[in-house]
Amino acid sequence: MAAVDDLQFEEFGNVTTTPAENPDATTINIEGPDESPMHQPGPPRGSGGEEDDELLGNEDSDKTELLAGQKKSSPFWTFEYYQTFFDVDTYQVFDRIKGSLLPIPGKNFVRLYIRSNPDLYGPFWICATLVFAIAISGNLSNFLIHLGERTYHYVPEFRKVSIAATIIYAYAWLVPLALWGFLVWRNSKVMNIVSYSFLEIVCVYGYSLFVYIPTAVLWIIPQKAVRWILVMIALGISGSVLAMTFWPAVREDNRRVALATIVAIVLLHTLLSVGCLAYFFDAPEMDHLPTVTAAPNQTFVAAKAS
Amino acid sequence: MAKAVESSGELGTTSPRPLFAGLSDISISQDIPVEGEITIPMRSHIREFDSSTLNESVQNTIMRDLKAVGKKFMHVLYPRKSNTLLRDWDLWGPLILCVTLALMLQRSSVDSEQDGGPQFAEVFVIIWFGAVTITVNSKLLGGNISFFQSLCVLGYCILPLTVAMLVCRLVLLAEQGPINFMVRLFVVIVMFAWSIVASTAFLADSQPPNRKALAIYPVFLFYFVISWMILTFTPQ
Repeated sequence: MAAVDDLQFEEFGNVTTTPAENPDATTINIEGPDESPMHQPGPPRGSGGEEDDELLGNEDSDKTELLAGQKKSSPFWTFEYYQTFFDVDTYQVFDRIKGSLLPIPGKNFVRLYIRSNPDLYGPFWICATLVFAIAISGNLSNFLIHLGERTYHYVPEFRKVSIAATIIYAYAWLVPLALWGFLVWRNSKVMNIVSYSFLEIVCVYGYSLFVYIPTAVLWIIPQKAVRWILVMIALGISGSVLAMTFWPAVREDNRRVALATIVAIVLLHTLLSVGCLAYFFDAPEMDHLPTVTAAPNQTFVAAKAS
Repeated sequence: MAKAVESSGELGTTSPRPLFAGLSDISISQDIPVEGEITIPMRSHIREFDSSTLNESVQNTIMRDLKAVGKKFMHVLYPRKSNTLLRDWDLWGPLILCVTLALMLQRSSVDSEQDGGPQFAEVFVIIWFGAVTITVNSKLLGGNISFFQSLCVLGYCILPLTVAMLVCRLVLLAEQGPINFMVRLFVVIVMFAWSIVASTAFLADSQPPNRKALAIYPVFLFYFVISWMILTFTPQ
């Protein structure tokens, strides 16, 4: 930064006093008012930035702040503003999905994978896929369970698609909204080191729902034990992703509030998975008799009794 | 040329003369022909903006549009990398296909059971909202395809699935059973693959290369859902 000395901006004082001394001379001041302040933070920024890094615990907080500041420059009514939320490549989406499937203890999903580039592609399309996966798998599983019954007439159950869509999208958008509001409110009371933006929370929730897609497909298997084991595994994986993401955000807080928050997050997740299993997938009858030749009345009574 | 400049440069010295009056004195040498035709490179079927299409008979207009739609159907059935669908997009074909498919897929109002197949409006909304969502998604990812071009391609590529629906309906007239189901499953799978291949051939080039999979996956999901609706159609 040797050029700073060469420019010698201290001559401002001399320049401004010349009109008083010599009114006939015209002084052209090409130095804008916003240019001189930029040179002052130049030298201190290098040393102060590293201290900030250690405080925040991020390796490149300076760079990410710059990047975040550079990104959202368009006003919200232009198309380019929304394009910034889809600024991901294929391999990045795959990495994030992989991160949601393999939660590494101690590693924060947001810091590791999102890094100030939250995207809306993942949450939106994972939720869309999950909606159709649940509806189609539920339909298929009901068909397979009731296959032998004489009185069963297959229906596509199309209404369940809209119900599934409402549930999944409400969960993926309203719960992050509530959580974000809660974290902002707690932030105003207790200064937290780690705080997430709304989009980052939506991102975490969206990607954490990915594990339910293969789970929903495997729920077709009409065995109660298999289904509950799948529920446990899926809940373990996605619950741990969420818990490990939000624990650093609340751990500075009152112990009970922090624990209550994490428990509430996991509880809502449990509610979602168990509710979907109960509503979309009929219970497999344990003593299901493949009645092919029985009369319709007997079959109906037998099915009702079991 | 110099003569004209001189004469127009004499401002205020002589009596005022009209500007460029000396231009008529310029003689163009006879061996530089300045005649010819100016042609604008036009597309093959650009509509003229005078009233020549207004005076033609209605049959001509309809036949011209039908031929354009039919030509695009052929392009979908034999997909090659061509620009016809993109260049001269129209939404008549998608509308015809969507209405046909929705009419065939809707559950009959005779049975008013709660959980039947989709209604006409549901199929219609799924197809059009699905196409709009995919288009907006591909534009947000940075694709350089226009909104209606993408809608046009997605709508036209439903043609194989509409054919599958027709075949399924015919097959369902026969007796029901596993063989019936296998035949329908096979037809739907083949037509689903055909739709994907056709739409990918038209859409893939307009996406940025490192996001192609991100833009194509929603198309896959869209046609998968439509195929599922076709496969699970049960007549009453």
